[in-house]
Amino acid sequence: MALTSADLIRRSASSVPPPAAKLPEVAKLIDVSKCIGCKACQSACIEWNDLKPTVGENVGSYQNPHDLSPDTWTLMRFTEWDNPKSGDLEWLIRKDGCMHCSDPGCLKACPAPGAIVQYSNGIVDFVHENCIGCGYCVKGCPFDIPRISKVDEKAYKCTLCSDRVSNGQGPACAKACPTQAIVFGTKEEMKKHADKRIADLKSRGFAEAGLYDPAGVGGTHVMYVLHHADRPEIYAGLPKNPAISAVVELWKGATKYAGLAVVGLAAAAGFVHHIVNGANRVTREDEANAAKLKEKA
Amino acid sequence: MSNADPTPEASYRVTRYTTAARLNHLVTAGSLVLLAVSGMALFHPSLFFLTGLFGGGAMAREIHPWIGVVLFFGFFGLFFRFWRANLPERGDGEWLRNGGAVLGGHEEKLTEIGRYNAGQKLVFWSMSLLIVVLIVSGLTIWDEYFAAWTSIPTKRIAVLVHAVAAIVAICVWIIHLYAAIWVRGTMDAMTKGSVTGGWAWRHHRRWLRETIGGKSAG
Ligand code: HEM
Ligand code: SF4
Repeated sequence: MALTSADLIRRSASSVPPPAAKLPEVAKLIDVSKCIGCKACQSACIEWNDLKPTVGENVGSYQNPHDLSPDTWTLMRFTEWDNPKSGDLEWLIRKDGCMHCSDPGCLKACPAPGAIVQYSNGIVDFVHENCIGCGYCVKGCPFDIPRISKVDEKAYKCTLCSDRVSNGQGPACAKACPTQAIVFGTKEEMKKHADKRIADLKSRGFAEAGLYDPAGVGGTHVMYVLHHADRPEIYAGLPKNPAISAVVELWKGATKYAGLAVVGLAAAAGFVHHIVNGANRVTREDEANAAKLKEKA
Repeated sequence: MSNADPTPEASYRVTRYTTAARLNHLVTAGSLVLLAVSGMALFHPSLFFLTGLFGGGAMAREIHPWIGVVLFFGFFGLFFRFWRANLPERGDGEWLRNGGAVLGGHEEKLTEIGRYNAGQKLVFWSMSLLIVVLIVSGLTIWDEYFAAWTSIPTKRIAVLVHAVAAIVAICVWIIHLYAAIWVRGTMDAMTKGSVTGGWAWRHHRRWLRETIGGKSAG
């Protein structure tokens, strides 16, 4: 069954009635310890979403393209990390893309009604016909995900394959992954699956293995199993405690209300003053005095 | 405000602004209003419908910073025309301390005022400062061309500063506009370029003395 407006729980710069029935929350689980960096997911994403990124340049890294872009919605990020404890050089690979936050900063920042929506299954989607290209979502996102297209000046990011999910399919990347490092299901199932993977990793010496489902953004619908969950930042700067920036909260919170109130008060003060004091008019005496002054000059 | 006659005949008229200064003001005021309207449309969802005046959300977003560029040049012109006349002077403190009398319409109790009173000077200098802040913060969030110039944390601060400065600027503009409406005859300065002798006597007596004593208008 397709996702419809009846499944919305949030809509940017507008409100929606609470849905009559909530869909089960879904999640994509990415197990970085199983990833071999083949980029099948990256290709599958381009294929399914009909994206056409330009051929990049090799700058001596497997990471290609170098960053997310309006037509690269998921990107394998490669990091070489010296493990200070073991002395090993570890090759860390993380599939970057939208985290589908429960508390999405992009949606909070968006000024265009209905340009960003959140479904009750947890998917955060950009609705391009409502997007005005202001770039506020870029400022709102704690993960640096949305990108504005130079072609149509609209924001793009991973949709969690909302079109596939609403038809009972998993995302294209999960389908393509040859090692099942990417799996998809209900959030409950994925957490249970992660528990097993974490127990396995711990039994093999990764004492700090754990799940990345950051509480600061209310949890996410894309989660990672990390073998060094105590230091997510080593995985190409995955934030340790992501949350919507306090500056964004202030901008989109108190400022909006106080701003409108202050402008309204200024206008009201003018009206009241005019009613109480009346117009400040030039009198006949003023004109007569001015005439006298001119005669003297 | 004792006599009943609302608009006594002008004894004579005094030039207050040149045509060039009035055109300069018109362009600046027009762009400020368009900026306020297109900006407020993005500021609060309840005002988003205002983007319709510009041909939709994407157009309002696109055009706003360009109007900002017009405002910049317009204000630059006004600033260099008028800054000297807005330098603080002796009577300003007295005028500000007697805000109650001024608001009550009893300026006659105060020392004679020159070309601008302290309130007008405050409008001038606060707008100058606010417009500089709006331009700097506006360029920082003009992602269509300058996205790569600054980091995301910097842009977050810039957009907050831009919104707050815009609100303050709009309030200053409301005060400026209200003063021009309340003090009857003031609009003439912009619409005709001249004011009546009585208006000048009442509100800017020292300026009137200086002007008819031979000094030229700005
Ligand atoms: C002087 C140069 C200015 C520049 C370059 C500029 C640029 C911008 C930009 C780039 C935005 C983001 C939306 C968009 O891309 O259109 C914006 C938003 C805004 N601007 Fe300006 N602007 C300027 C002046 C002004 C002025 C004079 C005002 C008001 C009097 C104003 C009020 C606003 C408001 C209220 C917003 C929305 C802020 C929010 O969403 O919270 N701007 N401006
Ligand atoms: S990761 Fe960024 S773009 Fe994705 S839902 Fe969270 S805030 Fe929005």
